[in-house]
Amino acid sequence: MILVVLPSHLKTLAQVSGDVQLEVQGGATVRSVLDALEARFPMLRGTIRDQVTMERRPFLRFFACEEDLSLASPDAPLPDAVASGKEPIFIIGAIAGG
Amino acid sequence: MSGVRVLVGTRKGAFVLTADGKRERWDVSGPHFAGWELYHVKGSPADPNRLYASQSSGWFGQLIQRSNDGGKSWEPVGNKFVYDGIPGTHMWYDDTPHPWEFKRVWHLEPSLTDPDTVYAGVEDAALFRSTDGAQTWEELSGLRKHGTGSSWQPGAGGMCLHTIILDPSHAERMYIAISAAGAFRTDDGGKTWKPINQGLRSQYIPDPDAEVGHCVHHMAMHRSRPEVLFMQKHWDVMRSDNAGDLWREVSGNLPTDFGFAIDVHAHEPETIYVVPIKSDSEHFPPDGKLRVFRSKTGGNEWEALTKGLPQQDCYVNVLRDAMAVDTLDSCGVYFGTTGGQVYASADAGENWAPIVRDLPAVLSVEVQTLP
Repeated sequence: MILVVLPSHLKTLAQVSGDVQLEVQGGATVRSVLDALEARFPMLRGTIRDQVTMERRPFLRFFACEEDLSLASPDAPLPDAVASGKEPIFIIGAIAGG
Repeated sequence: MSGVRVLVGTRKGAFVLTADGKRERWDVSGPHFAGWELYHVKGSPADPNRLYASQSSGWFGQLIQRSNDGGKSWEPVGNKFVYDGIPGTHMWYDDTPHPWEFKRVWHLEPSLTDPDTVYAGVEDAALFRSTDGAQTWEELSGLRKHGTGSSWQPGAGGMCLHTIILDPSHAERMYIAISAAGAFRTDDGGKTWKPINQGLRSQYIPDPDAEVGHCVHHMAMHRSRPEVLFMQKHWDVMRSDNAGDLWREVSGNLPTDFGFAIDVHAHEPETIYVVPIKSDSEHFPPDGKLRVFRSKTGGNEWEALTKGLPQQDCYVNVLRDAMAVDTLDSCGVYFGTTGGQVYASADAGENWAPIVRDLPAVLSVEVQTLP
């Protein structure tokens, strides 16, 4: 079980109030987590990554275990603490704008 | 008793304003999609309870929302806008080629007859259509590929397709406008397009009479005379009496012919409204006076409408999609400002009053006249 923390606007869009718990097929990676997230919440498609290129949207970052995973390969294994559900993966919106 | 529903898109959400036919007491619903930019919200002429909304954010991209109950509830629908084929390049501000990139939906235009068919005008400029209630979108790429697309350049607000007008008497005819490419018409349902910019003159482009390159801000048409078009260009208010084949200037005695919004009275096809703005660097009304100008002669002769509008220290803007009319008798006229006011006149512009004063900056205003 993977824990995902969404930014507040995406929680509203997905109609969830707290952290999201996901079962992920295969190894836990950013890609597999987003695949599972979008399968469960289709309304999130396109809001975190481009639907065609699958590139992360530029004003979003992925944090876990006090590390920024945003620039790592989306197929890199997530830290064990995330894969085991002990620590969440955070999807963070840039603190910018008005 | 009949009534009206005013659909307001703002920088931080959508609002639905409703009133009975007297248009004196208003209920305000919202913000819907709080914190998101709502470039446009519009209802289906074929089913007034079917609404479409363009919801976007610099963080999370583009969403399309649909309502089947007049805006009481919403559901996110398809937001996958993919250009047909390899989109190639258009011109950037510095005259270098720039790849076509989808940014947002500026305008949603539901079909006149089918609630599930809706058109989307997007940035970078292209026209999309959905025939399944906005679940899936397909580009009508004949527009972008018709021949001049590679020379289109963005206006200051981006290279947006912001105006879509469907001809009620000719199902295959449609008009669109792009900043800063100009106006275009299709007579075959979007397969092929022709630029309709003859008569426009824009001194900010190397060839002022060029076939494309004009910064058209908005266009309007009256249902009873679909061959007559009115246009607020960057500078100049224009008119065409032959479906856009030739334009002539009708700015007449306006205090400035710069502006964004333009609309036509619901029952008088020669009565048109604009909101003059001082200039393209000073996006506020001249002399701090918010004035709607009305022409009852289809242009050239204009009168200022000021009763109920601020006549000092007013420095708001009225954006291109932020004016609309209802079809009650007498015709109601509405517009929203970047200062968050939505003004209404229930008597064709003679008297104005704010419905709301303190919304986020208003991007769009549409009106539905309800049975």
